[in-house]
Order: sequence, then structure tokens, then C-alpha cells
Amino acid sequence: MEEKGKLRREPITDTQLLMTITVCIFVGMYILAILIWGGGFKKPQMLFDMLNDNAYLIIISCGLTIVMITGSIDISVGGVTALVAMVGVMILNGNLTLFNGLIAALGLGEGARIAFALLMSLLIGLAFGLVQGYLIAHLEIQPFIITLAGMFFARGMITIISVDPQKGPQDLMDILQKRIEMAWLGSPNKKGVMIPARMEIGVVIALVIVVLVYLLLRRTKLGRSFYAVGGNRQSALMLGVNVRQSRFMAHLLCGLLSGIAGFVFMMHTGAGNATNATAAEMNAIASSIIGGTLLTGGVGNVIGTFFGVLTLSTIKSIVTTSGLRDPWWQSITTGAMLCFFILLQSVVLMRKNKRKK
Amino acid sequence: MNNRKRKAGGLSKYSQLLVPLIAILVLVIFNLIRDPGFFSVGLTTNNNGDPVLQGNLISILNGASELVILSMGMTLVTAACGGQDISVGALAAIAGSVFVKVLKSGGGSISPLLVLGGFLMCCAVAMVFGAFNGSLVAFFNIQPMIATLILFTCGRSIAYWINGGATPTVSSPIINAVGSFIPGIPIPTPILIVLLMGGLFALLFRFTTLGLYIQAVGINQSAARLNGINAVGIKLLSFVILGVCCAVAGMIGVSRLGLINHETLLINIEMDAILAVAIGGNNLGGGKFKMIGSVLGAYAIQALTITLYAMKVPSTDVKAYKAVVIVLLVVMGSPVVKEAADRFTKRIRAARRSDTGKEAA
Repeated sequence: MEEKGKLRREPITDTQLLMTITVCIFVGMYILAILIWGGGFKKPQMLFDMLNDNAYLIIISCGLTIVMITGSIDISVGGVTALVAMVGVMILNGNLTLFNGLIAALGLGEGARIAFALLMSLLIGLAFGLVQGYLIAHLEIQPFIITLAGMFFARGMITIISVDPQKGPQDLMDILQKRIEMAWLGSPNKKGVMIPARMEIGVVIALVIVVLVYLLLRRTKLGRSFYAVGGNRQSALMLGVNVRQSRFMAHLLCGLLSGIAGFVFMMHTGAGNATNATAAEMNAIASSIIGGTLLTGGVGNVIGTFFGVLTLSTIKSIVTTSGLRDPWWQSITTGAMLCFFILLQSVVLMRKNKRKK
Repeated sequence: MNNRKRKAGGLSKYSQLLVPLIAILVLVIFNLIRDPGFFSVGLTTNNNGDPVLQGNLISILNGASELVILSMGMTLVTAACGGQDISVGALAAIAGSVFVKVLKSGGGSISPLLVLGGFLMCCAVAMVFGAFNGSLVAFFNIQPMIATLILFTCGRSIAYWINGGATPTVSSPIINAVGSFIPGIPIPTPILIVLLMGGLFALLFRFTTLGLYIQAVGINQSAARLNGINAVGIKLLSFVILGVCCAVAGMIGVSRLGLINHETLLINIEMDAILAVAIGGNNLGGGKFKMIGSVLGAYAIQALTITLYAMKVPSTDVKAYKAVVIVLLVVMGSPVVKEAADRFTKRIRAARRSDTGKEAA
């Protein structure tokens, strides 16, 4: 209880401390990887590959960080992402007859399918956010249960829509999977030909969202009220913060962001499948924690979360490059690293609070 | 303590059991309308020529066994620590792997002693992992969900690793007896194991103060410590007990199929177990608990699943329907709706009273 009191008084300092640790560890780990395994890690493309593969996870984690700062949780994000990706692909390849009719009736070209897919992504995300936010904030139901139901619903809907895996049409996917090429960051391949570094559009979206969420949390009244509500709901209420509305908005934003993440996921894979984005919610929670967000609320930073995602994927690529090829090593080392981070944070916070006493 | 409880609580003491009871009741009525013979139980003989009970009721009770056992342990952890263990499925997979590993070490012949040894071994391993989770929570003050996220991430891989990347099978009459029927007894063995576990917990709460201590720690840890309760020890103990529950559930799961598959054994059961605790009216933030609520919640979940299967809903789609029912249930049990209902009934009562008052006048 006393510890919580300390956290409340200086939430920003704790946030920065935990974030700094994460950034330092990520940079240290990456430099170590370059020194030991060299090769692949030296190429900038390695970093871009990580970003390309994890753009959707970065977006999900941003949403989850907002929710976790308000002291709540959302485990439906992975399911929503997969559902959105499935619906998006099916709009693109014309297996959803409703949209075929709509596009024909409006006399639009094939390109309009992309717009519809994007629109539906946002709408599905918003719908999940709205319903979950209302139930959690206004009916005061435990967020874990509601979002668990949300996850079940989303995963169940995927198979109701289509049991078979779906594939996006090549011509539309070519537009969506256009990559930004950066020749100046290129590296020679085995034949000595310079290959430019490639980055997907999804990464740009993810980075823009990180910046936007950062500004939201830092510079707006709503963002500050998230911290206040997460730190201590009672005092926030007494200070005149609209607690219900803040919690509602946090869940709404999280739902919207998982909708966007679903679209980015679809852009990256071009496929809809019932097993898409499996365990994404747990990866996102892990990333947020590594980035210094506390599940108790009031402490967290979206920049830290961004580095949390990168740290997790660096661990995974280190495991695969270091030759531990048995299938179990990847998750065992991830678990061990997670354990290390969690213990480190706990010890750092405990020591800091003791010193203050 | 028991006496005081009986005096203090009237019917309201059991109000938290209302939601799971209503859920079960609605499911029963719904099924009876849909198919009057839904709950009929028949006696048939299985392949070995032994009499066995059969029917939807039995498959609900039997199928929910692992979930019930895990939700019992989960209730304790939830009450003491104010958080949930999301690694129970992974831990059950580890325990199951250890169980099979020990059975395999016998070199083909499986004696009762070996099965007992295997069970004790998997209990010990699960207790160690439970203690690991518990020490993160108790000593380092890490939130349970975060602490168990570690084992959730790597638990199934450890289970895979234990058996060297294989999914070995075991077949023996003893394993068969644990997973399905003991010859001569028509009731499925997992149901008996659940009864045994339930009995053990009942004895534990009746003859020790563990239940009271867990509630005290869950309500206010500092106050409990100042009253001389070893809060850290209680938290650790709750996780160790959950470890034992995982071991039992893992053993049942392995014995049912006669093989260990680290990927599919009790998959996603952690979510269902937490759900059972919540439907049972227990506060997920810790404190007071009623284990019977969680047990009823677990049976309600299984009854819902079996009902959906009986309605020919594909197993992959069941989740979506389950979600709708869960939301309806928790909305019904939510504090805001309850308050509104209370206000409504009060208004009706007041209106009636004034009516009778007028008549009397």
C-alpha cells in the first residue's frame, strides 16, 4: 500500500526510469548481438524486418498501454486483429457478397475494395471498443471477463465467417504491400549486389500511431486523466476527473487501434486465417510490461512499449541465429528474458521506494 | 466461526451464488424444452463388458472435471493475491509430461506403484513451479497475471522439452481406470476424483483456519500481517495448492486420451477457470471467496458447451455463442444492474405497502 502511495506521487519519474532501463537493455542487447553474431544483425534490413513483422503488434501494444495505464486490461485485441484481417481479405477477394453488391451498385472500381476494407476495419474495431468500454466503464464489470468474452466472440466469428483460410487477390495485395525502399541503408547480398532496405507502409502507420499516442498521453487533458484514473480512481474522482468517461475512452481507443492493427496485419500477410495473430494479446501485454507499464495502472509510456516490442523480437531473432534450432528454445528463452525483466523492474522499484523512505 | 456466520448471514449470504445457479437453471430449462430426454441417464456396457453410466448429464459432469479442479485452486489464488494465474494450462501440460515420462521409464510394464510414483512426481514438479509463481508474487510483489505470464509463455515448450519433442502414448488398464471407468463402478473416475478433491478442500476449511487467513490476506495484506498472519506464506501456499490442482488435472487429461500432447492438453483452460471463478460471484480483486460458487460456475460453463454441441454448433464456432452468454451473465450480475434491480423492487414494495396502508385506512 505504501509503495503505491509513492508511485502515485511521482508517476512520471517511475515511468521514465522503467523506460530508460528498457531502452538501455534493448540497445545493449542489439550491440551484443552485432558483436557476437555480426552478419545479419549488422544489416539495417534486420531491424526493418523486425519492424515489418511486428508493425501490427506495435499498434496493438499502444492500445493496450493506454488501457493498462488506466488500470484496466484488454485481452480481446488479438482476436479483433485476426477478425479484422479475415473480413478485410474477404472484402478484397470478393467472398463477402454484401460488399460485392455494394460496390457494383455504387459503380466503383476494384480499388474501392481497399477503401471498404479499411472502413470495415475501423468500424469493427470501434464496435468492439464501444461495447467493451460501455460494459466496463458504465456497468462496472471486471474488464478481464468482458474482454475475454470479446476474444471468444472475435475468434468464434472468424470461423463463422469462413472456416477456410482466405487469400487476398494478387493485384490488390501488390498495391497494399508496396514497400518504401531506402537505398542509402542498403546492404550487399551474397553476390555483392546492393539491396536497398525495405520498409512496409504498415511500419509508417505504426510509427505515426506511436507518436500520436505519445502526444495524446502527454499533452492532452484526456491523456493526463488516464494516468489519474489509473493511479488512484478515488482521488481522480474527487479531483473532478470524469472517471467513467476516461475508462470508456481508453477502451474505445484500444478497440480502434486493434482495428487498425488488423488492417496492417492484413497488409503484411495478405491472408485471413482462424489462427492469425495467435497469442498477440499476451505478446502485447509482455511488450508493454517490458516497456515499463505497470498492470496496476498509473505508470506507463508508449515509447517504452515500442522498445518493448523490439526487445521481444530481438530476443527471438537472437535465439534463432544462435543455433538453438529445437522448437522449444524460442519460447523458453522468451520466458526467461521476461522473468529477468519483470524481476529487474520489481527490484528497481522496490529499492527506489525504500531509499525514499 | 461457523456459528457466527450462520447467525450473521441470511439468504443474502448466498446471493453471490445466484448468477451461476440461474445460469444452470436456464440451461436446464432450455434443454428440457428443446429435448425432454436431454438429461436422461442410461446404463450401458462398455467394450470391457463393465456397466457404465451414459448421457448428457454424465458427460457434463465428467467433462468439467479438470475445469472444476483448476477453478477450486484458482479461487484460492484469486482470493489471496487479488490476481489470476494464467499458467494453469501450461503447468498441467508440464505435469502431464512428467507423469508420462515416469510411466515410460518403467520400460513397457506399468505397475500400480509406478503410477503412484508418477503421480507423486508430477505433483512435486507442479508444486515447484507453483512455488516459483508464488514466490514472484509473494516476495517480489509482482502482479499474479504478469508473474504467471512467464510460465504461460514457456510452459508448453518445457512440456515439449521434457519428452524430447515427442508425443508419447501410454496404455494400461490402470491409466484407463483413472481416465474413464474403474471396472465395476459405473461412475466415470474423474467425477470421483473431483468429489475427492472437493472433500479434501472441505476438510481443509473445516479443520484449519486457512480459508479465514486467505480472506484476511486478500482483503488487506498489511492488516493481516499486523494481526500475525504470515501473508507471504499464505500467498505462496495458495500457489502451491493450485500447483497440486494442476497436477491432478494434468493427470486426468493425460489418462483420458492415453497420450500427452503438449499443444492441445487443456488448451485455453486458464481462461475458462478464471471465468468460472468470476461467474461464481467471487471478486477477481481478491478477498472473500466461495469455492462452491466457482465449482457451480465451472459446471455452468461445461453445460453451456455441451448444450451448444448438442445443438450441432461446430466446435470452432462455440466460442462466439459462449461469449454472448457470458456477457449476458455478467451484465446480470453487475453491481449497477443489481442496484437498479434493488431500487426497482424497493419501489414496488413501497407502492404495495402504501396500497395496503390505504386499504387499512
